[in-house]
Amino acid sequence: MPGPAPPERMQPTGRRNTQGIRIDPEAEVTHEPRQAVLSALVKHRPGVLSEVSALFSRRQFNIESLTVGPTVDDDTARMTILIEEPEPGIDQAKKQLRKLVPVIEVAELDPSAVRRELALIKVGGEKPDDVNAVAEMYDGQAVDASTDSVTVEITGSKQKIDAAVEAFEQFDVQEVVRTGAAALERGPTTLEKHD
Amino acid sequence: MSERASVPADEEQTDDADGEQAPVTTGAQSVVRALENAGAEYIFGVQGGAIMPVYDALYDSDELNHVTMAHEQGGSHAADAYGIVTGTPGVCFATSGPGATNLVTGIADANMDSDPMIALTGQVPTDFVGNDAFQETDTVGITQPVTKKSYFAADSDTVGDNVGEAFALADAGRQGPTLVDLPKDVTQGETDVEPSEPTTPDTYHVHEEADDEAVQEAADALAAADRPVVLSGGGVIKADASPALREFAMEYEIPVITTMPGIGSFPEDHELSLEWAGMHGTGYANMAISNTDCMLAIGTRFDDRLTGGVDSFAPDADIIHVDIDPAEISKNVYADYPLVGDARKVLRQLFDAMPRIPDVDAWREQCQTWKDEYPMTYDTPDDEPLKPQYVVETFSDLTPDDTIVCTGVGQHQMWASQFWEYTEPRTWVSSHGLGTMGYGVPAAIGAKLAAPDQEVVCFDGDGSFLMTVQELSVAVREQLDITYVVLNNEAVGMVRQWQDGFYEGRRMASEYPWIPQFDKLAEAFGARGFRLEAQEDVEETIQAAREYDGPSVIDAHIDPGENVFPMVPSGGDNGQFALKEDHLELL
Repeated sequence: MPGPAPPERMQPTGRRNTQGIRIDPEAEVTHEPRQAVLSALVKHRPGVLSEVSALFSRRQFNIESLTVGPTVDDDTARMTILIEEPEPGIDQAKKQLRKLVPVIEVAELDPSAVRRELALIKVGGEKPDDVNAVAEMYDGQAVDASTDSVTVEITGSKQKIDAAVEAFEQFDVQEVVRTGAAALERGPTTLEKHD
Repeated sequence: MSERASVPADEEQTDDADGEQAPVTTGAQSVVRALENAGAEYIFGVQGGAIMPVYDALYDSDELNHVTMAHEQGGSHAADAYGIVTGTPGVCFATSGPGATNLVTGIADANMDSDPMIALTGQVPTDFVGNDAFQETDTVGITQPVTKKSYFAADSDTVGDNVGEAFALADAGRQGPTLVDLPKDVTQGETDVEPSEPTTPDTYHVHEEADDEAVQEAADALAAADRPVVLSGGGVIKADASPALREFAMEYEIPVITTMPGIGSFPEDHELSLEWAGMHGTGYANMAISNTDCMLAIGTRFDDRLTGGVDSFAPDADIIHVDIDPAEISKNVYADYPLVGDARKVLRQLFDAMPRIPDVDAWREQCQTWKDEYPMTYDTPDDEPLKPQYVVETFSDLTPDDTIVCTGVGQHQMWASQFWEYTEPRTWVSSHGLGTMGYGVPAAIGAKLAAPDQEVVCFDGDGSFLMTVQELSVAVREQLDITYVVLNNEAVGMVRQWQDGFYEGRRMASEYPWIPQFDKLAEAFGARGFRLEAQEDVEETIQAAREYDGPSVIDAHIDPGENVFPMVPSGGDNGQFALKEDHLELL
């Protein structure tokens, strides 16, 4: 006897969401995006940055910033990557990063980790004293001045820099450059000793 | 004959009489030595300017056989198939620029299917890199997204180590393709440094055994299940875990479904086999997937052609996911019990951890009912044109169990996987993840050289065959006993099927009434050609082709209206497969 046609067949009662997670009638399990700070030790070699950035683009991970620089070990560089993803996406990003051959270690930093970003803000040179006063409010300083412009350096959290940039708008902002966040875990924890 | 680098008798042998190898003097010799040390046997490649120093060094190698391909793409597919059949990396060579870009399809194919392969490409001399020199491309940049790692060789002293590492990496953990780009000055450059033993990079770690506690929890869940299944993927074959899988499934009496790449990992003639699941899988496998309450999935990445829509994929099941690549865990389908490790080792661990045989009599009865209700059949009225399924089935019946089947991509691939009975691992050689039309002709060459004592059959479609038909010249030159069967419906049939099903029959660019006569084309290449049109001639034609000692092509003119069923429409629910055209309208 041939079996029933599609709509008449035995059907399971359950369902999964788009993240492939079974939907529990007791608890909603769809994860909303959140920000995560990933820190990675990588081999300090040509092409590594392109490998990492290509990974994030081809797997459609939503990346906010990526910074890279040398460490005390000449052979090793360190990347700080801010991503905004639902929990499974963060998990995937970590695992895919770890899979790249030049990547030595990856960890997600605690939300309390020390995060700093640097901004250089170039404004018009008409009111240098006022510019200095605002810079001081944000623990910044003027690092270059000419008759037509003043360039100010500000370091701090993303929120602080956002606020500073806004405050400088009164001075005819000509250019802004921001580095993106660099971050380290608070306390004695290091990436090698991360759980 | 493959060009075993033979040295004319009047020239002095480079090897000493006692077999001691001559010391290396150039980067190119170091490359060749590294391949020899790694145990490579065949190289599938095409010559060209920037790779010439490496070919020159190959001239002196007694261990490496070079197979000159008609096109670099053919070289990459042949190497891929060689890797599938032997389990060790296949090697392909190409020159810089177009040679390298022609390899890319085959590299991407190997990457999607985790096939072990190493590609070596020539590159313009280091001083010219970045200047848009003749035949320069950024090969590392182009291939990086589709390899485990692409290396740029920077130094004649270390180029051999680059090749050794790339070879070891292609073979280690989750297998896949690697590439080494070889600038001409690096291969031509002098060195006396012998390549060291091939090892994987120090940052590459493989987790071989799963955590015991996690294994125990998974085993307890499986033993307590009412409707358990094993889903066996390509990773089971890659890990040589088929015997362990058989032992496990038979001891604990759990029905086994394979994925398409997993075909051959479990014998399809065994009563526990439900064959393979997915878009064109069996009705019974898809019903079992849909209704299982605990799935032991091994070495599979839950591709969308397997899962359909993930919302309806095994929605009642706890999923135990065994994979050597941690990044596959919970990538597409959430794993309730993740077990990272080698399939063979984890299957042993699970075998020992199972507290008892699950109580599955009712479930196995249900699976049997589905087998009875949804058998794999096709219509064969006597007056109708030739049915492709009949050709595949007849061929399967006439050949030994270890016969290797290669395919292109399309309808013929599905019929070859549905109507051939697979009982042994490494006998199914196909392009799954990338779905590369044209894979079959060169793949059969790689497969035959990898397993010269096994019969090799390649089912192809007319569209697919035409994409790489030039490699037939290689099969002729190498005198390879391969039987090609073109299931010819004068169309790219899978596209035509979708146009009829989902595009109101608007057959845009899918019908190929202009294609050549493949039997005559085969003869022009120096192969034997057969034309097959009637069902009563099928067995005789197959036997004649098999008896011919060399490559033969059967141009089988099949029913052009034949479609592939069962079918789960893209993103659909596996249990709601269509068995015929009318069913598609119900979905």
